[in-house]
Amino acid sequence: MSERTAVIASRVGLHARPAGIFVAAVGELPIEVTIAMAGEPADDAMDASSILSIMSLGASNGDTVVLRAEGDGADEALDSLVKILETDLDAE
Amino acid sequence: MLGMKKSRTIVQTLSNSADASRAPADATEIGRTFAGIGVSPGRIIGPVLLMPAAVREPAVGERLAEGTSSEEASAALRTAAKAVQTDLTDRSISASGAGREVLEATALMANDPMLVKAAVKLITNGASPERAIWDAAASVAEMLHNLGGYMAERATDVLDVRGRIVAELRGVPAPGIPYSDTPFILVAEDLAPADTATLDPAKVIALVTSSGGPQSHTAIIARALGLPAVVAAVGVGALADGTRIFVDGAAGTILVDPGADEVALAKAWETSSAALAVFDGTGRLKDGHLVPLLSNVGGARDADKAAAAGAEGVGLLRTEFCFLERDTEPSIAEQVEAYRGVFDAFPGKKVVVRTLDAGADKPLPFLTDASEPNPALGVRGYRTDFTSPGVLERQLSAIAQAAEGTEAHVWVMAPMISTAEEAEHFASLCSAAGLATPGVMVEVPSAALTAASILEHVDFVSLGTNDLTQYAMAADRQLGPLAALNTPWQPAVLQLVRLTVNGSHDEGHDKPVGVCGEAAADPALAVVLVGLGVATLSMTARALSAVAAVLASVTLPEAQQLAKLALTAHSATDARRLVREKLPILNTLGL
Repeated sequence: MSERTAVIASRVGLHARPAGIFVAAVGELPIEVTIAMAGEPADDAMDASSILSIMSLGASNGDTVVLRAEGDGADEALDSLVKILETDLDAE
Repeated sequence: MLGMKKSRTIVQTLSNSADASRAPADATEIGRTFAGIGVSPGRIIGPVLLMPAAVREPAVGERLAEGTSSEEASAALRTAAKAVQTDLTDRSISASGAGREVLEATALMANDPMLVKAAVKLITNGASPERAIWDAAASVAEMLHNLGGYMAERATDVLDVRGRIVAELRGVPAPGIPYSDTPFILVAEDLAPADTATLDPAKVIALVTSSGGPQSHTAIIARALGLPAVVAAVGVGALADGTRIFVDGAAGTILVDPGADEVALAKAWETSSAALAVFDGTGRLKDGHLVPLLSNVGGARDADKAAAAGAEGVGLLRTEFCFLERDTEPSIAEQVEAYRGVFDAFPGKKVVVRTLDAGADKPLPFLTDASEPNPALGVRGYRTDFTSPGVLERQLSAIAQAAEGTEAHVWVMAPMISTAEEAEHFASLCSAAGLATPGVMVEVPSAALTAASILEHVDFVSLGTNDLTQYAMAADRQLGPLAALNTPWQPAVLQLVRLTVNGSHDEGHDKPVGVCGEAAADPALAVVLVGLGVATLSMTARALSAVAAVLASVTLPEAQQLAKLALTAHSATDARRLVREKLPILNTLGL
């Protein structure tokens, strides 16, 4: 199990357009990725390819989230997703 | 309408060749007319596309059909969800701006793993796929709703997607504005603000609705896009897709299978509308009496368009554009930048900024309470300062900062003022912010009745005729059955305009009374308003040239005479008819 933390950089938090960009990126990966707020049990983690799950997570600007994945290429995949979360996508 | 009967025989001969494949049931409709309320001028002929009715809810507890396994049903659901996603993604590619973002986000929701998994689980327990997605989406929507703010607004998107998936499963057309490669006349019950995002003005050439009134969203959208439109045309929902109709957006009439007369009228409109597209930038009557024609704008892009169309300034800057779709208040710096974009489009000209008008049909999560039982009579407009003090002062400070260093003459006005005390308080806030020209809107009848006292505290008033009509007539703007009440042609509304002008005279300094409601965009009503003593008219930029052309055809005494006719008419219909009869130019121009 690989694990990464990321601080949400988008001003509007992880919803609207930033959430859409993130979900689309997860959808292109061959592995399953989960997302949870930092400090929450891994069992409560949500499917990171679901825009509705991401929106219900309610992560705001500055919140820390935890990404988890297993399998080949999990580390590289998570690194690329962290990069997306730590960019202010709303500003682009 | 008169003269249409005469052309019916010609219509039939023409339509036989063009519509040989039409079902015989429609043939009974040849030459049939529908009467509604014309809300945006233009004469046009085209094929009908009906906006599908909202998707019917599957029966509660509806089970899997006999002989269908839950695996097959789940596969059908997945296929439908995928199809809806593909359809929305395809459409997002051809859309632009905000519409595109809405479509992209809803496309993702359509095939969302969380939603689909929840529905598949219900199917495994024996539910029909339609009922399964219905309930699964309802749970998700409720969850989003409970999160409040921005998320609560997205609940509507989930329900929209649900309707599309159920329609796909049933094999019926998707709800919402139909999609077509060729231009068509959209026939619907009514349009919601959300429909504007997906309305492509290159494809939709006219709007016809069976419900809605002159101030409904359909009417506002139509005028903003310059599309001929008729609302409250009872029975048009029975028209079949592909039927050719003639729409007269000034007369408010629709004719099925038009003939040579209507073809000629539509041709003439094409020519006159091209000529009408030009406004020389000075509104004046035949005798030279000046009536500055300003524009209503909702942002810098609008302002540029209005300036290009010759507007003599901005009579209403709706500042909501800065605030809508947000769950927190925009910073002062953000506001300054947004307002400056508008000011820069009008150097040396007047720009009237209306402070935030939230509430009622424009809820804002951080400012208004969506659970009010009667939002039109609730905390809206200026009144949000009672419950959320500070927002207005910060906005005034942003307006003052934006005004610094621009060449525009910046005026500020508050919406939904009811008393002279409120006007006085607003004027003191403006003065504290360093804004020199405060004013208020007259939308509440009490403000019209006490205009003289109000004008002792502020420098101008602007009549918002949409709300003034709704409050004077106690008739909700959005309700089709009340459309006849809800027109600014109502003599009672015109009396309130007159009283406001009288109030200005009584106050003694001849402070200007303007109109910035939809009424100013109606060329015939514009003449009446000027006759009543209104100094300036502000409207959607598209209406400028038509209003200017009609104003230029009358003198001030003539306008005053027409105003008297309208004021003393027995009904709104009479007022409109009597005035229009005396303005032959309207018919010449097809307005």
